[in-house]
Amino acid sequence: MRLTLQRVFALSIKELLALLRDAASRAVLIGPPIIQLLVFGYAATFDLSHVPFVVYNQDQGQLSRDFIARFAGSPSFALLRPVHSQRALQRAIDDKDALMAMDIGPNFTSDLQRGRTTHVQIVLDGRDSNTAGLAIGYAQSIVTAFNESETAEHNGIPPPAVLVDRAWFNPNLDSHWFIIPGICGILTLLESMLAAGLSVAREREMGTFDQLLVTPMGPTEILIGKALPGFLIGAAEGSLIILVAILWFHVPFTGSFLALFLGMFCFLLATVGIGLMLSSLAMTQQQGLLGVFLFMVPAIVLSGFATPIANMPPAVQYITLLDPLRYFLIVLRATFLEGAGISLLWAQLWPLAVIGIASMIVAGQLFRRFN
Amino acid sequence: MNGMRLRGLVRKETYEILRDPSSIAIAFVLPLALLLIFGYGVSLDARRIPVAEVVDHPSQLTASYLAELERSAWFHPTVYPDPASAEQALLDGRADAILWLRSDFTRLSYSGGAPIGLVVNGVDANQARIIKNYVNGTWLAWLQEEAIRKGAPLAVPVVANTRVWFNPALRSRDYLIPGLIAIIMTLIGALLTALVVAREWERGTMEGIMVTPVNRAEILLGKLVPYFVMGMGGMILSTAMAVFLFDVPLRGSLWVLLGAAALFLLTALGMGLVISVLARSQFVAAMLAIVTTFLPAFILSGFLFDIRSMPRVIQLLTHVVAARYFVAMLQSIFLAGDVWPVILRNAMGLAVLCMFFLGIALLRFRKRLD
Repeated sequence: MRLTLQRVFALSIKELLALLRDAASRAVLIGPPIIQLLVFGYAATFDLSHVPFVVYNQDQGQLSRDFIARFAGSPSFALLRPVHSQRALQRAIDDKDALMAMDIGPNFTSDLQRGRTTHVQIVLDGRDSNTAGLAIGYAQSIVTAFNESETAEHNGIPPPAVLVDRAWFNPNLDSHWFIIPGICGILTLLESMLAAGLSVAREREMGTFDQLLVTPMGPTEILIGKALPGFLIGAAEGSLIILVAILWFHVPFTGSFLALFLGMFCFLLATVGIGLMLSSLAMTQQQGLLGVFLFMVPAIVLSGFATPIANMPPAVQYITLLDPLRYFLIVLRATFLEGAGISLLWAQLWPLAVIGIASMIVAGQLFRRFN
Repeated sequence: MNGMRLRGLVRKETYEILRDPSSIAIAFVLPLALLLIFGYGVSLDARRIPVAEVVDHPSQLTASYLAELERSAWFHPTVYPDPASAEQALLDGRADAILWLRSDFTRLSYSGGAPIGLVVNGVDANQARIIKNYVNGTWLAWLQEEAIRKGAPLAVPVVANTRVWFNPALRSRDYLIPGLIAIIMTLIGALLTALVVAREWERGTMEGIMVTPVNRAEILLGKLVPYFVMGMGGMILSTAMAVFLFDVPLRGSLWVLLGAAALFLLTALGMGLVISVLARSQFVAAMLAIVTTFLPAFILSGFLFDIRSMPRVIQLLTHVVAARYFVAMLQSIFLAGDVWPVILRNAMGLAVLCMFFLGIALLRFRKRLD
C-alpha cells in the first residue's frame, strides 16, 4: 500500500513537471483563463444596450418627437440618425448600419390629439434574429409605457390594470449573473480536459508510454497518477476563476461553498476521466486534441450555457444527461444565485460521480487493452 | 519560390493527412457532428414554459383569462392550490414563473388596480424577460377582448406593428446555422494548422526539412495548401447540409459565399500557422488555438451575443476576431443576399487580418534550429 502511494505520488509529480516545466506551458495554463473570464464576462450578455436605430419621421408634431425621445433616451437604444425617405430607411437596415428602423406616419400627432389609434411601423434586421427578438420586447415595453402616460394625460381614465412583477434571485434581470457562472464552468472544463486529454497521447507519441508500462506500476496506479495532475490543475483554475467572478464581477454568491466544491470535485472526476479515456484512445496528440474537441464543443452547446435545455427536442434532452457540464452549470448557478446547499444538489452530484467513475474504469481498461 | 519544391512539400503534407485519419475527421466529421447537434438540438425560441397558476377565487373572468393564456403556444400551465405550494414549485425548478390571480381579480380588473402577481425565476435573465413580455402581451390582449365584449373598446394610442426582415418568423435555426458554420470553419482552420509546425519541432523532423534547400515561404505554403483544400471541402459540406437538410435559405450567390469562405479560411489557417510557429510544443499550441480561436468565435463574434451591446473596449477587441467578419458576411449572404456594402466592409477587415497573420508567420518562422 505504501509502495502504491509512493508510486502514484512520483508519477503525479512527473506529470505535473511535464506540464509546468517550461514557461510557455505555465503561461498558457494560468494567463488565458483569467483574461478570458474578464473579456467574456463583459462581452457575454443578452441585455441590449445602445442598439442603433434610425427614424423616418413624417410627422411635424411634438408628440412624435416625445415618442422618439423615449426610445433615444432609453439605455437599450441609441438614435443613429434621422432618415428622410423609405429608401434610406431600407438602406440603413440592409447595410447593417441599424438594427431597428421606425417609420412614423404624417398623422401621428393629430391622430393622438383626436384620441384615435395611430400605427407606427417598426422594422428589425432578422439576420440577427436573436437580437431582433429581444429588441421587439424592449420596444414593446417602451410603447406600452408611452401609451400609459398618453392615456393618463389626455382623457384621465386610469390605464388598464398592470401586472406586478418580481424576479426572484436576480431582481434586476442582469444576464451577466446568469452567464458568468456559466463561463466559470466552461473554463474549468477546458483546462482539466486539455491537461488530461493530451497526457497519455503525448507519451504515446514520444514513445515513453512503453517505458512507463515496464515499471512495476499497475494500470490503476498509472491511471491515478495521470488523473491527479489534471484534477489539481482544474481545481486550482476553477477556484481562481470563481474567485474572480465573485470579487471582480460581484456576482452574488449566496449558497454554500461546500456544495460548490463538492460539485467541482465530482465534475473534475468526470472531465478528467473522460479526458483520460479519449487520451488513451489516441496515438498522437493531434488525435487527442481532436477527441477533446469532439467531446467539448457539443458538451458546451448542450449544457444549457446559452440555450435552455428545456427548449431542445426530447431526444436531445436525453443526450444532455451524459454531459457533465450540464450538471455543473446547475450547481454553479444554484449556489451562486439561488442560495442552494448540498441537500438541494444531490440530484446533480451523483450523476457526475457516476460519469466520473465509469469513465475512469473505461480509461483503465483501455490502458490495459492497448498494450 | 520553386514550383517543383512546393509540389513536393504539398505532396508530403497530403500524405501525412491521408495517413492520419484524424485530420480528415477534423475537416469532415466535425462539421457533420456539430451541425447535426446544433441544427436539431439548439433553439433560442422559448417554447412551453412551465408556469404555476394560483387562483384565489375562481370565477368566470379568471377562467376566461386563463383560457387566453392556455391558447398561447408559449405556456404550459399547472394549477396549484395556494401560493406557498407554487413557490415551492418555483424553488424546485418545476415551474419558471408563478401567475397569481388575487382574490379581488374580478373587482380590480375593472378599476385599474393590479389583480395579478407575476413572479419569475430571474436566474436566466433572458428567459425571465421573455416570460414577462409574453404574459404582458396576453394580458393586454385579454383586456382588449373583454372591453370589446362589453362594447367599450379600450383606447390604445400607439400600436407598433413590428416586422422582421429577412427572417420574418424569427426562426432561430436560420440564423444560428450560418453563425455555426463560421465557428466550425474557425475550428477547422486553427486546429488543422495549429499543430502542424509545432509537431515537426516536437518530433525533431523539422531538422530534416531545415537541411533541404526549401525556403521559409515554401515550407509555410506547403503546409497551407492541403489544409486549405480540406477546409473548403468542409465548407461545401456544411453549406450543403444547411441548405438541403435544414432548409436555411441561401439568398446570395454561391460564388460570393465561397469567396468569403476562402478569404476567411486563409485568415484562420494563417492564425493557426502563427500559433504553430510561436509555440514549439503541441500542448501549448493546442491551448493557444482554443483560447484564441474557438471561444472568441463563440462569444465575441456576434454569433450569440450582440456586439453593439458590449462595452466599448470589448467592441474594439472584437475587430481582431476573424469570425466576427465571417459571421456578418454569412448571415447576410444566407438570409439577405449579396449586400455589397456589408460584404465589402467585412471582406476588407478579413483581408487586413489575413495579411497580418500570414506576415507574422513568415517573419517569425526562421530556418534555424535554436
